Amino acid sequence: MSSTPSLNTWSDALSGWSIGWLPLGLVIVAAIPLVFIALYALTYGVYGERKISAFMQDRLGPMEVGFWGILQTLADILKLLQKEDIVPTLADKFLFVVGPGILFVGSFLAFAVLPFGPAFIGADLNVGLFYAIGIVAIEVVGILAAGWGSNNKWALYGAVRSVAQIVSYEIPASIALLCAAMMAGTLSMQQINVLQSGPGGFLHWFLFTNPIAWLPFLIYFISSLAETNRAPFDIPEAESELVAGYFTEYSGMKFAVIFLAEYGSMFMVSAVLAIAFLGGWNSPLPDLGSLKLNAMTSGPLWGAFWIIMKGFFFIFVQMWLRWTLPRLRVDQLMYLCWKVLTPFALVAFVLTAVWEIYR
Amino acid sequence: MNQLTIPIIFYIFAAVTVLSAAFVVFSKNVIYSAFSLLFTFFGVAALYVFLSADFIAVTQVVVYVGGILVLLLFGVMFTNTIMQTELKADVLNLLPGVLLLVLLIAGMLFSFYTAGGWMPGMDQLHGSVVESIGLETMSRYMLPFEMVSIVLLVALIGAAYLARYDKAHKKEN
Repeated sequence: MSSTPSLNTWSDALSGWSIGWLPLGLVIVAAIPLVFIALYALTYGVYGERKISAFMQDRLGPMEVGFWGILQTLADILKLLQKEDIVPTLADKFLFVVGPGILFVGSFLAFAVLPFGPAFIGADLNVGLFYAIGIVAIEVVGILAAGWGSNNKWALYGAVRSVAQIVSYEIPASIALLCAAMMAGTLSMQQINVLQSGPGGFLHWFLFTNPIAWLPFLIYFISSLAETNRAPFDIPEAESELVAGYFTEYSGMKFAVIFLAEYGSMFMVSAVLAIAFLGGWNSPLPDLGSLKLNAMTSGPLWGAFWIIMKGFFFIFVQMWLRWTLPRLRVDQLMYLCWKVLTPFALVAFVLTAVWEIYR
Repeated sequence: MNQLTIPIIFYIFAAVTVLSAAFVVFSKNVIYSAFSLLFTFFGVAALYVFLSADFIAVTQVVVYVGGILVLLLFGVMFTNTIMQTELKADVLNLLPGVLLLVLLIAGMLFSFYTAGGWMPGMDQLHGSVVESIGLETMSRYMLPFEMVSIVLLVALIGAAYLARYDKAHKKEN
């Protein structure tokens, strides 16, 4: 596969653009994922999740504000903006304020290496995949700061649970992604995508070119649920035990920032899953004889469409699971991580290595 | 990109690193020191990026922020009466301390200016750094790599042994 000539053209052109000494292009490159997170969290994240959960429980969901309640989220945001910003008297003021900030920065930093189509990526690092796994560590510190700063035992319990869960599930997740990196032979996000492109559409994806790729794919998906604190691994915010976990004490815009960070990392893990195993921005449609479906649906804009759609599909699966499965207990969670997922991830790792050597 | 942009970004990260490291040392509150370490580690990782060592930069974040800092924070949070602790020694020898500090800094600066200097590598790296790191680890540095892994395994087994619920001991009581 030759690399596409138009690789990264848009972001390269944009980052070179500056007014006088001010590198305005760099700021715009960084702002695009930010605007994307905000828009998607508003529309699909909050409204979509409420509607999906409603339909799964045979309800209608928000119906009052606008046609089919479509303006409900906008009304909620206006409400959140007007709310009084409460900092508990006995809270550690500095950590309480700084916690959501660190949390959001940690979730947002990973978007630097997410390719939004073949022509746009924040930074095409040659350690992109490793960076995307590793930068979650900053989020962990933000969660601890929020939990400790709240000076609330439920918040602290939630933070400690959440951190223990994220740190442990990083291991099966990393080993599963290593399998994909081994299939690609590179850690660069764009190169991983380029290697999965071809006229056969979905036939070139890593999931379908390797007979054992489904195993690391499943392991990464399960671990990514735990890393984003989604059900059935949402014990850090278990409503029946801990009120709301590490963000119990937060209100107003700080609460909104924490939610934005959660939706940001939900999209991030979904996009990484799509990139590592499902071709990223490549079109799933194969060329059928003279009908060039794949060529018709490839290109910078189509690439952005496909990767966002793949990300949204996995977010839908996350929501689906949330309203289907009951929550795990803490010991079951650790059992699943250390005694099920990690050994299977190692098995998948060895099998992938054997397949890559002898195929 | 502008010629001025890279030095400005460098100095911002350098300032973040140095100031947060100073805060770690001078803060009265242990928990603030621990959280301030986040910015120090992050700044050091950014400085690695300026040295074109992107793999080491990400490893820095994974190991130090994700591992060591979290461990440190857990340790601090689970310690009782962490807030009231007076972080001050009873014996305060001002003169020898200052003398030692000045001598140490002077010695370090002297050796840095005389012996220290950037030594550019003989051969240029081509392609991904990760690949050469992997090849070198598996060929020339095989023995140190294996020794480190054995040391870590022994530490892990030791920790598991110490933390294990002792059934035989509990029955006696």
